[in-house]
Amino acid sequence: MSRYIALFVQPLLALALAPALVGFIRWLKARLQSRRGAPVWQPYSEIRKLFGKEAVVSHTASWLFRATPFVVFGTGVIVASLAPIVIVPAGPLVVGDVFAAVYLLLLGTFFLALAGLDTGSPFGGMGASREMTVVALTEPTVALSIVALALNAGSTNFSQIVSRTLAEPSAALGPGHLLAFAALFIVTLAETGRLPVDNPSTHLELTMIHEAMILEYSGPYLALIEWAAALKLLVFLALAANLFMPWGIALSLSPVAVTVGVVSLVSKLGVLAVAIAVLETRVAKLRLFRVPELLSASFVLALLAVMSTFLVR
Amino acid sequence: MTTTIDAVRRAVAGRPLLVTSVTTPRANELHCRVSPPNVKDVGDLACRVLGADLILMAADDRRRESGAFFVHYLFAHRADNWFLHASTRLEASAPELPSLARYHFPASRFEREIRDLLGIIVTDHPDPRPLVKHAFWPDQYYPLRKNVRPPEFADDGRPFPFTAVGGEGVYEIPVGRVMGETIIDMKSRLYFTHKGTEKLFERRDPVDGVDLAERVSGDTSVGHALAYCQAVEAAANVELPPRAGDLRVILLELERLYNHVADVGAIANDTGFAVAHAHCSRIREQLLRLNKALTESRLLRGVLCPGGLVRDLPVPVDLQARVEAAVADFDEVVEICLTNTLVLDRLEGTGVLKSELAKDHGVLGYVARASGLDIDVRRDHPFASYQHLKFSVPVFTAGDVKDRMNVRVEEVHESAALIQQACRRLSPGRTRASLGPIAPFAPAFGLVEGWRGRIVHWVMTSEDGRLHRVKIVDPSFFNWPALSQALVGNIVPDFPLCNKSFNQSYSGNDL
Repeated sequence: MSRYIALFVQPLLALALAPALVGFIRWLKARLQSRRGAPVWQPYSEIRKLFGKEAVVSHTASWLFRATPFVVFGTGVIVASLAPIVIVPAGPLVVGDVFAAVYLLLLGTFFLALAGLDTGSPFGGMGASREMTVVALTEPTVALSIVALALNAGSTNFSQIVSRTLAEPSAALGPGHLLAFAALFIVTLAETGRLPVDNPSTHLELTMIHEAMILEYSGPYLALIEWAAALKLLVFLALAANLFMPWGIALSLSPVAVTVGVVSLVSKLGVLAVAIAVLETRVAKLRLFRVPELLSASFVLALLAVMSTFLVR
Repeated sequence: MTTTIDAVRRAVAGRPLLVTSVTTPRANELHCRVSPPNVKDVGDLACRVLGADLILMAADDRRRESGAFFVHYLFAHRADNWFLHASTRLEASAPELPSLARYHFPASRFEREIRDLLGIIVTDHPDPRPLVKHAFWPDQYYPLRKNVRPPEFADDGRPFPFTAVGGEGVYEIPVGRVMGETIIDMKSRLYFTHKGTEKLFERRDPVDGVDLAERVSGDTSVGHALAYCQAVEAAANVELPPRAGDLRVILLELERLYNHVADVGAIANDTGFAVAHAHCSRIREQLLRLNKALTESRLLRGVLCPGGLVRDLPVPVDLQARVEAAVADFDEVVEICLTNTLVLDRLEGTGVLKSELAKDHGVLGYVARASGLDIDVRRDHPFASYQHLKFSVPVFTAGDVKDRMNVRVEEVHESAALIQQACRRLSPGRTRASLGPIAPFAPAFGLVEGWRGRIVHWVMTSEDGRLHRVKIVDPSFFNWPALSQALVGNIVPDFPLCNKSFNQSYSGNDL
């Protein structure tokens, strides 16, 4: 029973927290730039505002354009229910699989790229082409760093990986683990459109990747996409945190465990959000053709992670 | 080898059949008349023999007074302080002008502008496309002719076609053509914000043109107003009081300061380095408040007038200290930027404008000085009290975004030093001289090194003493085409960065 409750409670909690995560990073970046910055809850107001607006859709858009926001949002919610964000249901859960989660998120990206092409606007096509380039380069890294974890745990199931790490804390500080974490963190920046790969706060269409794809969206559609993007950031950060540092995560549905789970999640997200905000303040955006260099570096890290798993064993 | 006005006079005297009615209305200016067939030879004499550049072309409609159009050429030497002004008369019945376009690229654009706005036919011009006119403009509508009423403008449904480019992986972005991520061609189609500024000057009293000149380009209020005032002062033979000259230096350099600081921040922002932008915006704000303390206007408006200044400015006692503090602050931000390898990687080698291309396009200001062209009106054709002040002109040679930023950074220091010097020179005295009479239909002009580069205002009054024609050349007119050249071969995501490093004015171009 508990696993079914977890399936429902976790995505709701993730959806509720995601805009605050984005708002917190923005606020912190503003403070680091000596600006006052918008309050942390600003993204909630933005989403509410967008839901209250009319959606303008180009005449040349097909059903794909209208379906995409739901696909993106839907896959995000499903992943949020599978991934170990607050609760890891005990016992094997067939669908709670790392590969399933990663490729569900990728399905959303795939649809976004199609929607970017759909309207025929040059910016959408440009964004889609760039996003596909970045994704093609991040996928091997994602897969490899997961393999590095799975090799340790002997399974690609989330709960197996988490319980293995909990049972054997020394593994969390092993070279394989740390290398895989570094690789996944770089990939997280690329997948969620952060600096130095993409600039989430730019107004320059020609430099955009993610924003260029969704340039044609407005109103509730845009609200769904923005919310899903925030959710994706939260899921990626939660994965990075909980797969490598699972302590505090709720293993049962007892109120105490869940409370501890939420508190530990918020503090882990807080730490990672600070890391992102500091990083984004310190770096500039890479020249587009330097992005593959960064991503291949992350691939090498993941490869080393896999190799060291074998060596340490 | 330097050339002097006497050498110019001798060169012109040596060709008695070429030009007529040679006059020297001001010490370093030679004015002459030329018949249309000789225009090319005069261009040849000025540019090839004497080494000057064409810095302005203007046409005026004098069909009512003289039954003709007149076209004027203003040549200036790059380094030596003399000007050659040639006017040619085109009969109203058949206004045809021989083109200089094949010799001089900027001439081709001046001629297209004249063709569009006055309906003068430019014979054997290599580029038949309109420059200013857009598809919606009715045929036979030439706004700079006298007694024209603006007709109804209507969308005739005609598309605005671009040159088609084929091949795999080529796609068009509304700003140009791209292959993969590489820019293969960029055409800036400007003049969508054409406002008829030059027409608005006509029939005004010369003293009343300043407020309009201040609004030619919002960020260059002092630069344009000063060039306009200097043009009127040249026409009226005014001797500028020394205090006014020093105050003008302070105003012009304050304008350069706040714009350069803002630009450096904006360039950093386009590399995604927002922290520099935030701090440069803060420093700019401090400078704007200083402007307000000095002139009661954040954009330094409402103080210049022909003859000097509208009123004496009480220079705040802490002006120098505040400028110094802002510059010290700015230096720190620049250091943070230029020690960040990620930022540097975006700036270096991006948007290179080669020296040769820069010369051919006649580019101006920091764009020129970043591409190895050592030009600066403040030194080459001094105005206000620049001849009494010490400053150096920073020149860099790589021609990339980084050098365009470097020029600005160096100029910020020079500007601060100039403000200090001008403040020290300030002595009590008059700040306004009265204007003498202005001869009708006698062209006069003023040159200013605005923060973007050389600004030229050219004025001519009619018999009743009102403005007959004002021609304005913002540096953007020369620099915009060079941007297209600097972009070729760069990648699309670097377009905004290149564009920002040029930061040309739309308003100053689309007069």
